[in-house]
Amino acid sequence: MDINDIRGLATLFAMIAFVMIAYWAYSGRNKKKFEDAASMPFADDAAHKNSQNSDGSEKNEGDTQ
Amino acid sequence: MSTATLQPTYNYKVVRQFAIMAVVWAIVGMSVGLLIASQMVFPELNMNLPWTSFGRLRPLHTNAVIFAFGGCVLFSTSYYVVQRTCQATLALPGLAAFTFWGWQLVIVLAAITLPLGITSSKEYAELEWPIDILIAIVWVSYAIVFFATIMKRKAKHIYVANWFFGAFIITVAVLHIVNSAALPVTMTKSYSAYAGAMDAMIQWWYGHNAVGFFLTAGFLGMMYYFVPKQAERPVYSYRLSIVHFWALVSLYIWAGPHHLHYTALPDWAQSLGMVMSLILLAPSWGGMINGIMTLSGAWHKLRTDPILRFLVVSLSFYGMSTFEGPMMAIKTVNALSHYTDWTIGHVHSGALGWVAMVSFGSLYHLIPIVCGRKQMYSVGLINTHFWLATIGTVLYVVAMWVNGITQGLMWRAVNSDGTLTYSFVESVTASGFGYAVRAIGGAFFLIGVLIMAYNVYRTVKSGNETEGEVQASPAQAA
Repeated sequence: MDINDIRGLATLFAMIAFVMIAYWAYSGRNKKKFEDAASMPFADDAAHKNSQNSDGSEKNEGDTQ
Repeated sequence: MSTATLQPTYNYKVVRQFAIMAVVWAIVGMSVGLLIASQMVFPELNMNLPWTSFGRLRPLHTNAVIFAFGGCVLFSTSYYVVQRTCQATLALPGLAAFTFWGWQLVIVLAAITLPLGITSSKEYAELEWPIDILIAIVWVSYAIVFFATIMKRKAKHIYVANWFFGAFIITVAVLHIVNSAALPVTMTKSYSAYAGAMDAMIQWWYGHNAVGFFLTAGFLGMMYYFVPKQAERPVYSYRLSIVHFWALVSLYIWAGPHHLHYTALPDWAQSLGMVMSLILLAPSWGGMINGIMTLSGAWHKLRTDPILRFLVVSLSFYGMSTFEGPMMAIKTVNALSHYTDWTIGHVHSGALGWVAMVSFGSLYHLIPIVCGRKQMYSVGLINTHFWLATIGTVLYVVAMWVNGITQGLMWRAVNSDGTLTYSFVESVTASGFGYAVRAIGGAFFLIGVLIMAYNVYRTVKSGNETEGEVQASPAQAA
């Protein structure tokens, strides 16, 4: 076992790790959890209603021409 | 402080300080950039003084735009996002204030030493060892404040933007400390701890990851917060963002050797750097698609919201330059592009188009909130800034493409007897027009930032008439 075997194993390890991360991210078991996580930036909106700067765009929301 | 009247739970003071200084340093750094771009058209502008010569002002420009402007934007937005997404006030406010004043001191010291010619000569790491030590102390303090705030979070999950900010903070600390290791001789002179090709490899491991983590991971953190907030809808795919994060941080670190193609670096290391750079296209585009697709169903907002326009166009430039980068990392393409203006064009399509534009969008979103205003003083001026920045970037990048390919082709042209067809100075003469267009593009970009500065000034100073109805008592911001 020389340095090149270790290099090969490291590559293999990285590939397995990547596949596992992808599987974990896309597994149905975690779907709900990540959907909740996606809404985290909006969790403190109630306290910040005054600071949203969308008032200009809201008027034109239905405007599709 | 003044923000206590509006939002008692968040520390907005340090966010505001960094945001305002980001605009100030943008003006300084981009003015120096415009000056040295003009020196390429009118060499007399170096004023025959050593302190104002291109060789000394160029590192001042790069340090000012990357570490002063970009750095202040990153501090500001990361302190803002980590508080908002963890729903916790910033930990260790005293240490956070130290990071602000410490970082400003680093910038001032850089602005003094670089024109004096005090440099370690490592690109993007030119500052001498006493300043490097100060940077390391400020950066470790930054990490402590950031992660201590994460530990105070209400929800169990850590939002993806904070993963990107966290990776950026940790990696930049490692890169800076390893690459800046040096033997001091005097207060203003040191020698690198590494030698020969090893020194070059460590320098570009640092240099490329300064791009990958300082100018990419940190700004992707901003993208994952400010694009959903401004579009008022969650990110297109949170699951993609997880794969994006791990793929990006594990691949970027290997791409540095593409800066050293056809040098004394071992050939296998060059090829490895090339392959890793090509693979890097996948996470880069995954992230770009995730950002742009966040707008699906909300595209109409682009017509009325110039802030969203800044964010979306920045992602377009990100996609463009992360396609161009892997292509330029291919050794045969690099044989044409390296050492030409194409490289400068590539850097600026990333720096102006991606980094600066996503920063402008984020700052326009954040500044009214942290100053207790309903919105920016003038939405029309944001739109003017947007068009100036876009036109300026396009002029800049196209001029450098034309120049770069011209130079590359002229340098490699040989006559039938094997002699060079063109002398070097002929390629310089051929580049004159492109240099003029580049300076004009840079001027457009700078004028846009000056308009932004005016808009920010009016927002901070005279926002009372636009303040929201929730405002109980007038805030005396800044």
